[in-house]
Amino acid sequence: MREMSNPFAPTAYEQQKARTARVMEYVFLAMGIALIIPMLLIIGVIFVKGWPALSWEYLTANPMRGGAAGGIWGPLIGTFYLTVLCLLIVAPVGIMAGIYLNEYAPDNRLTRAIMIAVTSLAGVPSIVHALFGLGAFVAAMHMNKSLLVAAATLAVMTLPVIITSTREALAAVPRNFREACWNLGATRWQTIRTIVLPNSISGILTGVILVVARAAGETAPIMLTGAVASMWVEDEGWAKFTPYRLDEQFMAMAMHLNSIARDVPGMPESMKFGSALVLLLLILTINSAAVVLRLYLRRRKRW
Amino acid sequence: MSLPPAAAEPPKAAVPTGDGKDAGAKARAAERRGGRATFRGEMVIEFLIRLCGWSSIICVAAIFYFIFQEAAPVLPKMNWGEFFGSVTWRPTSAEPRYGALALIVGNFAVAIVAMAMAVPLGLGAAVYISEFAGPRVRETMKIAIEVLAAVPSIVWGFIGLTIISPLLIKYAGAELGSNLLNGSVILALMSVPLIVSISEDALRAVPDSYREAAMALGANKWEMVRRVLFPAARNGLLAACMLGVGRAVGETMAVLLATGNVVQIPHSFVDPIKTLTATIAAEMGEATPGQPHYQVLFLIGILLLVITCAINVIADFIIKGAKAKANA
Repeated sequence: MREMSNPFAPTAYEQQKARTARVMEYVFLAMGIALIIPMLLIIGVIFVKGWPALSWEYLTANPMRGGAAGGIWGPLIGTFYLTVLCLLIVAPVGIMAGIYLNEYAPDNRLTRAIMIAVTSLAGVPSIVHALFGLGAFVAAMHMNKSLLVAAATLAVMTLPVIITSTREALAAVPRNFREACWNLGATRWQTIRTIVLPNSISGILTGVILVVARAAGETAPIMLTGAVASMWVEDEGWAKFTPYRLDEQFMAMAMHLNSIARDVPGMPESMKFGSALVLLLLILTINSAAVVLRLYLRRRKRW
Repeated sequence: MSLPPAAAEPPKAAVPTGDGKDAGAKARAAERRGGRATFRGEMVIEFLIRLCGWSSIICVAAIFYFIFQEAAPVLPKMNWGEFFGSVTWRPTSAEPRYGALALIVGNFAVAIVAMAMAVPLGLGAAVYISEFAGPRVRETMKIAIEVLAAVPSIVWGFIGLTIISPLLIKYAGAELGSNLLNGSVILALMSVPLIVSISEDALRAVPDSYREAAMALGANKWEMVRRVLFPAARNGLLAACMLGVGRAVGETMAVLLATGNVVQIPHSFVDPIKTLTATIAAEMGEATPGQPHYQVLFLIGILLLVITCAINVIADFIIKGAKAKANA
């Protein structure tokens, strides 16, 4: 008895094609996983090796003997002041630049030049920003290598981040909103202040948070403009919270990690990993704040 | 380049003119004074906004100006043949030599080896995220890649020095754990998030009608990706790779810690090398301002600035061109 041949059955060629497609899907999946596995492993290793070092004393004691003993209070508070100062400089300028590009700039050569400048500024290597800080503030303006100079250098570096994110946040506000407001007789700035900014504030804040994460993690720009590996700082009372002056050098977490990553005699390994872990947790926490804000924003969107 | 739709002119600030001779002038005069104050306030604000709008141009110009200014005194005295053609880098000896060839080769070697790892992985992951993954997997992978992007470069350098270095000594037979391969692995992990996110944007920009047309002709997913999406998104994918290269060439702290800092042209993957960026970071501390060594380090800065700016601007034009084509 002959089987009825099915005219729609896949031919050998088609089966082969389907097999290739399935294999390729797994290959692509493997590539994606190949990116994620090393990351999980690395973060895991830092966690496991650094966790034993973490304690209240470790966080609140100042480093001693070049970081080989004591804690990380000085660098931690230095990173805090550095970031706040950088933000004070870059946030107003960057947000206003974003407003200009999205709300005011006409479509002409100058605007295109500004956009190219933003792109190239974002691509300048961090060590070149460090050279800029050194050349502009220290050599040309005769300022000390200091907290202020380092913050200003970081501000120039993070400017494109905040411009781009502000511009994107403003561009997401529908045009009708603006037109409705103009029709009520509001001026351009009134429209921006009462309609555009309130509707894009979470997007702008996301950019600000990204700047904080970037500024807290960067090493190269600050190592030439004011951060030092170790120094003596006030360790008593309220002075512990304000250990640095604006025009003096300072310690920062990233710089601290840079100096203890290489061999410091007599330093337990767990303390090195402890510093790396604190810095990593700090940056990841700040970044997840940005992610949460973005999710919240997406859910709340009213248009 | 696509700017947001240029704003149709909104009304200019409503400044009440007229001198208020009519009845009930008092209330209106008060309103008018308020209006004038608002108007003046607006002029100030709008002036500030315009000024800040130019900040990025001012910053780029200032970066070029001040770095050139510091490097300028050494430019006429430079032996360019030696700078680009010699591997003898002895900046601190009595007879200083500034041959940067080994640094340039080292810089590009580590970037190219990194790209050889990062580009296939990044493109593959982008294709998976954009074409194959379900919404759940896609979100998870995107978050993981964002975490990867957030890790600061100094932490990457630390990882290279303390985690990857012993592995290379044990399994790759390297004498020194900090070497070309170590730096490349670190740079690959660092630049992959950028490559993935830009390639994914490029793939997204391909209209769905292309995918539907391919499906309708009987192509399966892999054939669609290979024959339709790759050619259609070619420019965007190219730009993603270029931006990856730009990132890898300019990276400093990670390579400073992970590549070993030996000035030589590498002959194998496990040779230690030194890059342009690491040279500046490592030697600027000891260089005296105004001395040739200091000025040559600034000259290296100019070289890096020109290379990375060129890469980024070209990549940007490619992306914008691709977007314009997709919208047309």
